[in-house]
Amino acid sequence: MLTLQYIPLNEIENLDSQDKIKKLLSLVKEDKILLVEGRLTPAEEVKLIESTMEEISKSFKGIEICTVYPQKKREVQFFSRLRKEVLNILGYRQGITIIGPASIIKDIKRDPTKIELLTRNSKKFRRMQAKK
Amino acid sequence: MLKKIGGSIKRFLNSLFKAKKHVKLGLYGPPNSGKTTLANRICKDWLGEEMGQASRIPHETREIQFKESVLIKSNGKELSFKLIDTPGIATKIDYEDFLKFNLSQKEAKERAKEATKGVIEAIKWLDNMDAVVVVLDSTKNPYSQVNITIIGNLAAREIPVLIAANKVDLRKANIKKIESAFPQYKVMGISAERGDNIEQFYKTLFKVVR
Repeated sequence: MLTLQYIPLNEIENLDSQDKIKKLLSLVKEDKILLVEGRLTPAEEVKLIESTMEEISKSFKGIEICTVYPQKKREVQFFSRLRKEVLNILGYRQGITIIGPASIIKDIKRDPTKIELLTRNSKKFRRMQAKK
Repeated sequence: MLKKIGGSIKRFLNSLFKAKKHVKLGLYGPPNSGKTTLANRICKDWLGEEMGQASRIPHETREIQFKESVLIKSNGKELSFKLIDTPGIATKIDYEDFLKFNLSQKEAKERAKEATKGVIEAIKWLDNMDAVVVVLDSTKNPYSQVNITIIGNLAAREIPVLIAANKVDLRKANIKKIESAFPQYKVMGISAERGDNIEQFYKTLFKVVR
């Protein structure tokens, strides 16, 4: 059985980066697949990878993560820059981020138009759960 | 924010006084994209010796490796680099994956442990780079979050980026897909192993770094 948990923006937007990552990672370690409203900043994304690496153990193999957000194809440079600044101010509210444990999600394949979430076979997952 | 302002000031002063004579050039990318093979190619071309050992087993490079001074010449111009080869950045490391390559349990666990430290080290070094070549395997889907995270962080730091679409000699290679994934960056199709298109790569590197 897979557990999907929706994390609305208001649940994490007031947390600082450290606490946000801590919260997301602790939920993922409970074998939940998270659907997070909005996206992490580039700095938060690398911090999440760093924290994940620090937590890797026999029972926790890491994460799979994928972010999708609307992108405009062509923009005049000024407006592109302005949009970037506005996005920074808004704290990357647009889009959705999917984060799950690598023990459950084998791979997330993203094409601009679709996301394919490949899960591991349940036998292997159950075996890993039994080892915990 | 302060870091970003500091970086911009440094880059402005560098361009003003043309102080960028010795460039710290990092090779970044996911595991097994060919970073060390490219580092070896560059070192063999300009120093006559290799930098490190490349392998088909992921996470062969688990520590930062560098050559203090590599002088590259192209079209009568010269550029001096500190060439930095970094461990592949990944979001997951499972020691069981290494068992498929006939490593013992002990070797696989040790490799996984070292690989996690390597990823952390590679991330920490992002702030030290003047320019970065992001090495991607052109036979793989470029839309992975690791690629997006690396490039997003380099963009946030305003570090010049050249994308090397490696392994173009393989049948499944698709440079166009990489170009459409990262349209704002120059993408060079190369084969680091065979040296395909490497002269063009050096020429483009000059343009990106200067």
